[in-house]
Amino acid sequence: MSAISFPEPALAAEPTEHALPRRARRWYRQPALASGMIILAIILFAAIAAPLITSYDPLKENLGASLLGPSSHHWLGTDQTGRDTFSRLLYGLRTDLRIAFIAVLFPFCIGTILGSIAGYFGGWVDTVLMRLVDIVVAFPFYVLLIALVFVLGPGESSIYIAITLVGWVSYARIIRGEILVAKRQDYVVAARSGGLSSIRIIGRHLLPNVITQAIIYAMSDIVQDILAIVTLGYFGLGVPPPTPDLGSMINDGQNFLTTHWQLTTFPGLAVVVVGLSLSLIGDGLADLIRPGHS
Amino acid sequence: MGRMTFVVRRLAMLVPVAIGVTIVAFFMIHLIPGDPARTILGLHATPQRIAILHKQWGLDRPLVSQYWLFMDRLFHGNLGQSLYYGGSAATIIFQRIPPTLWLIVYAAVLAVIISVPLATIAATRKDAVRDHVVRAIPLLGLGMPPFWVGILLVYALAIKVRAFPVSGYGTGFVGHLHSMFLPALTVAIALAPVVIRALRASMLNVLGAEYITTARSKGVPAGRLFLRHVLRNAVIPAVTVLGINIGFLVGGTVIIENIFAIPGIGNLMINSVFQRDFPVVQGVALVFAVLVVLVNLLADLSYAALDPRVRFDR
Repeated sequence: MSAISFPEPALAAEPTEHALPRRARRWYRQPALASGMIILAIILFAAIAAPLITSYDPLKENLGASLLGPSSHHWLGTDQTGRDTFSRLLYGLRTDLRIAFIAVLFPFCIGTILGSIAGYFGGWVDTVLMRLVDIVVAFPFYVLLIALVFVLGPGESSIYIAITLVGWVSYARIIRGEILVAKRQDYVVAARSGGLSSIRIIGRHLLPNVITQAIIYAMSDIVQDILAIVTLGYFGLGVPPPTPDLGSMINDGQNFLTTHWQLTTFPGLAVVVVGLSLSLIGDGLADLIRPGHS
Repeated sequence: MGRMTFVVRRLAMLVPVAIGVTIVAFFMIHLIPGDPARTILGLHATPQRIAILHKQWGLDRPLVSQYWLFMDRLFHGNLGQSLYYGGSAATIIFQRIPPTLWLIVYAAVLAVIISVPLATIAATRKDAVRDHVVRAIPLLGLGMPPFWVGILLVYALAIKVRAFPVSGYGTGFVGHLHSMFLPALTVAIALAPVVIRALRASMLNVLGAEYITTARSKGVPAGRLFLRHVLRNAVIPAVTVLGINIGFLVGGTVIIENIFAIPGIGNLMINSVFQRDFPVVQGVALVFAVLVVLVNLLADLSYAALDPRVRFDR
């Protein structure tokens, strides 16, 4: 038995990976990524173009037309005050997606900065920051979120603050871990011996190489944030009424569950589809960066 | 690093975290805009009641002294007076812990019961149709709002089919098992995607290991091979994932207890938010954090005891 006929699997896999034609690694050739992008694009379009898609005002009450079933006029029927459910769904998506996409930016930036400082410099900075992470992680996500929204008072800005205070730890952990590995690589050692400043090494050399992991995580984090926003809305701690929000729609519909199940079911399904698209994008991105590691 | 050193080190790490957790809980009151006492009392704010709260929380003292007062009370098991129920917040909270623990354990068990067969189905035929079907579950599952799943389960299994009660805790062991099935299932469904992913990955790892090939070539029957060799080794990483997600699991119960009216601390927390009962909200947050810290500690220590291969280098 010769070594040539039984090559190490890892070594055998390596050249094929690189031998892949470049176009095969483009995003639209990644089924998960492509389908996720398409679904998300459709949802975003529907949310942004809501006024063009539906002619109903999501806030306008019409007590004469309350709790109608689905029809050609009202695709998903109307709620207890006669508001068109489909319009409220589109406008609700608009509200919740906007808040979620903005909310993810703050923890992403803060966590990335703190994580790279901890990972790059190490020592006491690292110790202090990581103990801080341990403390925040000790509080269950929803417990800290609800407690913070309680003390800050309901509303959009409280949601941003609460999600930032709770969410930065995951990014800090991910980026720190990646930087710990990356900073031992030759290109960093070379940059350091070349006399580049720490800020320049982190910003220009390390972050571009490690940020993808944080971006992949951000996809599932947005899903998490949407769930949190919808949950707060359901409990009446989120966006104040009458602004349409999927969580408060589910809450309103719950009273009519036995007779009008669509009022509760469709807002939830909308969240599931958004979650599906973002998970697909996250998985697809991960596959694109590390082919074969699904 | 030796095992004892690890245990000592792990326990020492607890100190800063414990202090930090109390500082976070303590500082919550200072995040309240304006005068916390006035804001919390809201419509019921009379000068007398505001003055009482100021004195109770030491708001008229310097910050360090306020924290000292908070810690001194904490060490005496005093979480302050509930503004809504009147009595000691600690007593109210501790009465509500058993249903929450029930729900957490029940949900964790159900999550394992759901995840092991599905992960097995997927891992034993990697890249077959059934693998793809199982891998699609987390994609859908992660985006499902748990409270929404709970409502739909109530509609399907409690209102339509009448197999389970709509809400409540039940009495006696069997009563709890029956009444808490839907809430536990709801939490388990939220948790299962994460566990399925981890279990599938670790099973694929184990299936590729040399000792499995050895066992196969020895002629170990498939069923025995799977139970004794694959599952046993694959379960450890999956339990780790459960451990890491304990915060998620515990946090999920806050929401779900409220949906199913289970008299646990999660339900107490949401109700106290609506009653603007700050001491109880603060106390529950603290108790939850302690719960998570203790479970993580237990998980780490049991690895040290169970798995001789575990190394603790940083």
